[in-house]
Amino acid sequence: MGTLCEHGRVSAPSPVEVDPTTSAGLEDEVLITPAKPWVTIVWNDPVNLMSYVTYVFQHYFGYTEKKAEKLMLEVHEDGRSVVSAGSREEMERDVQAMHEYGLWATMQKDD
Amino acid sequence: MGAFTRHRRSKHLIATFTGFEADLLRSLAAQLVELLHSEAAVPDDRDPLEALLDFGGPTTEPDDPVLARLFPTAYPDDEEAAADFRRFTENGLREGKARAASAIIDGLEDAGLPADLDEDDRLTIDVELDEPGAQLWLRSFTDLRLALAVRLGVEEDDEEYWDSLPEDDPRARAHDVYEWVGGLQETLVHALTH
Repeated sequence: MGTLCEHGRVSAPSPVEVDPTTSAGLEDEVLITPAKPWVTIVWNDPVNLMSYVTYVFQHYFGYTEKKAEKLMLEVHEDGRSVVSAGSREEMERDVQAMHEYGLWATMQKDD
Repeated sequence: MGAFTRHRRSKHLIATFTGFEADLLRSLAAQLVELLHSEAAVPDDRDPLEALLDFGGPTTEPDDPVLARLFPTAYPDDEEAAADFRRFTENGLREGKARAASAIIDGLEDAGLPADLDEDDRLTIDVELDEPGAQLWLRSFTDLRLALAVRLGVEEDDEEYWDSLPEDDPRARAHDVYEWVGGLQETLVHALTH
């Protein structure tokens, strides 16, 4: 079996950059906001095919086949998997997309 | 019959259905479109003026269990955020799913499926989809399978139960249809990734 070609749309969230001009003078503020404070979780369901879930992770997130399969197996075996992390807006987009694909996805603050 | 492959030269995704299979698929897709449009997307038990001035979407989970599965609650622990999310996404998601199901209906009819299938017709329906078209069908197969599974009460590792039902049990036959759409979807995923 050949390796799968990567579909475009690599949408791995980039780390949040701190603008040095705006953080000046805020030394006393506790700036511990993590770069990726929200996560998208996909939950296991008895319906979706393993091949389809892997396809969705590759196609939508641009993950490699290996990574997509690992996440799919987590969903299947552990009942859930964190499939992406990022800002709240980014995760809302991802959750909406997962619902478009018929996957059962939720989001929450990463803790 | 009823398996997708990728055409070597055109790269299109192709499948051949019997008239019966194509008619069955159309009927499932048509029911899904109807269901997606059935429940008022915005509950109308509110003050009429408030309802008229609200252009947003629904804020609570749909009553129908199929719709509740198709549009899950995004924030399980935050009712307000969940309502906002639903308000801004559910109508669009409904439209997208209805469009995808309609693409199946149109695709089958463009391929020669008559509006009323004569039972004696020995038709074969050759479907040919480009990549975006195939992705629409793929997504809609998921919606159809979710709808059937919710109605049937499909659970993890319950094959034995379904096998134990007598052949003429309507639930067994509906489950056969569910399995058939699953097999069809499996061939389409395979064709799209190879």
